[in-house]
Amino acid sequence: MHFHLTDAYQNTGSHIHRLDPRLKLIAVIGFILCVSLTPVGAFGAYSGFFTLTMLAALTARVDPWLVVKRSFIALPFAAAAITLVFTMSGPSLATLPLINVPISAPGVVRFVSILFKSTISVQAAVILILTTHLTEMLWALGALHVPRVLVSIVNFMVRYMFLLAEESVRLTRARNSRSAVLGGRSSEPGIIFRARTAGRMIGNLFLRSFERSERIYQAMISRGYQGQMQQFDPPRIPAHDMGFVTGFLLVSLAILIIALIG
Amino acid sequence: MHHTVEIEGLSYSYPDGQLALENISLKIGPDEKVALVGPNGAGKSTLMLHLNGLLRPDSGAVRVGGLPVTEDNVGQIRAWVGLVFQNPDDQLFNPKVFDDVAFGPLHMNLTEAEVRTRSMEALDAVGMSGYAGRISHHLSLGEKKRIAIATVLSMEPKILVLDEPTAGLDPRARRSLINLLDSMVCTMLIATHDMRLVAECFPRTVILDEGKIVADGQTESLMTNEPLLAAHGLEKP
Repeated sequence: MHFHLTDAYQNTGSHIHRLDPRLKLIAVIGFILCVSLTPVGAFGAYSGFFTLTMLAALTARVDPWLVVKRSFIALPFAAAAITLVFTMSGPSLATLPLINVPISAPGVVRFVSILFKSTISVQAAVILILTTHLTEMLWALGALHVPRVLVSIVNFMVRYMFLLAEESVRLTRARNSRSAVLGGRSSEPGIIFRARTAGRMIGNLFLRSFERSERIYQAMISRGYQGQMQQFDPPRIPAHDMGFVTGFLLVSLAILIIALIG
Repeated sequence: MHHTVEIEGLSYSYPDGQLALENISLKIGPDEKVALVGPNGAGKSTLMLHLNGLLRPDSGAVRVGGLPVTEDNVGQIRAWVGLVFQNPDDQLFNPKVFDDVAFGPLHMNLTEAEVRTRSMEALDAVGMSGYAGRISHHLSLGEKKRIAIATVLSMEPKILVLDEPTAGLDPRARRSLINLLDSMVCTMLIATHDMRLVAECFPRTVILDEGKIVADGQTESLMTNEPLLAAHGLEKP
């Protein structure tokens, strides 16, 4: 049993993979900003943005369908906007049978726009994750002056999340292997018993993590840590990477401006 | 600088009041290799944490390289003493191997070129040169143990202190780690239950039991003293 934290990363060695991770991060954030600022119902702009994400996927040599499929993770969150369909004022398309609630036309447009915008934004993030190693991403966050404490916390989380997951699997296994059933007796432990066991396991995991954090801190100060994480000075951003990302952002901005004017 | 460790009359109690170490006196000379053995809970790890000031004695004194372990000297002493913890998952706290090996030298404010050279040399010294870009989480225990040693070698310590370096390793990984320890020339103190390792690489042995030193002498003669070993839960290799 082994949890892998690099599952998301697919190294196809493309140009996008080799881009400076700082620029990739900026490009994705800029792109998401453009998508979010695009007005409701600008379906032409949405298809423009979608074309951009698909082109990026193809350039990165990752499966575009995989990118689309993974972006569906945004749907449950976007679905929270479903109430707009019934609550917005405006002409109604139809009326829900039985409960007699009108379906508003502007509400539908707004809801569908939210679906498009959220999935397209997630597609950009998915491509970023598929093409950037987690360690590069963390480095980029630090180099872009995200507070070091935050970056360190994410760093430790990435390092220890899977260890913790493995520990919890071992605890569950130890519980299961001692959950024997004698012939002729009821095999179902009560809900209270099970809740108590689960509670003890969570407490156990917490204590183990707490003790581990003490040991890690000792290992850190043994090696000269004095409260401030040191990092190499980030290297200069290569000029051709800069050109590529600027081009990408300009296209995104152009689509946004056209949508705003039109 | 002479790479010595001098402990005089060290006593230490845990925060709950339980006595962990009682009147420990120990002197380790330059480039001497000493094994610290004894049953679980004897105080071996606690003693090691005193060597770079992670714990401070309630009474007695610790001197490393001639310097007393005090708040003013602790930075210098941590640069001299490379302490490797028992569980490499505690020692390797960065996702990537290189970042862990570079952690020590980076915090010594060396230049980037120096940090990189030292880190690559340290990985090379433990036979892990190809592992700089690897993810620590994906490595085997034997690989992690070696890299944990590299994380302190990159600081170019004068004194190496290792807690249970061979625990949990399979025979091949254990053998290659023993060869590594054997080939290193520096002052070395290890805590271990691996009596064959002690017999092979460590000319001097200290037996610790219930927080007290009960024997300190040549490994060869201690290993033949079966009643002594048995009295402290140890076995002849």
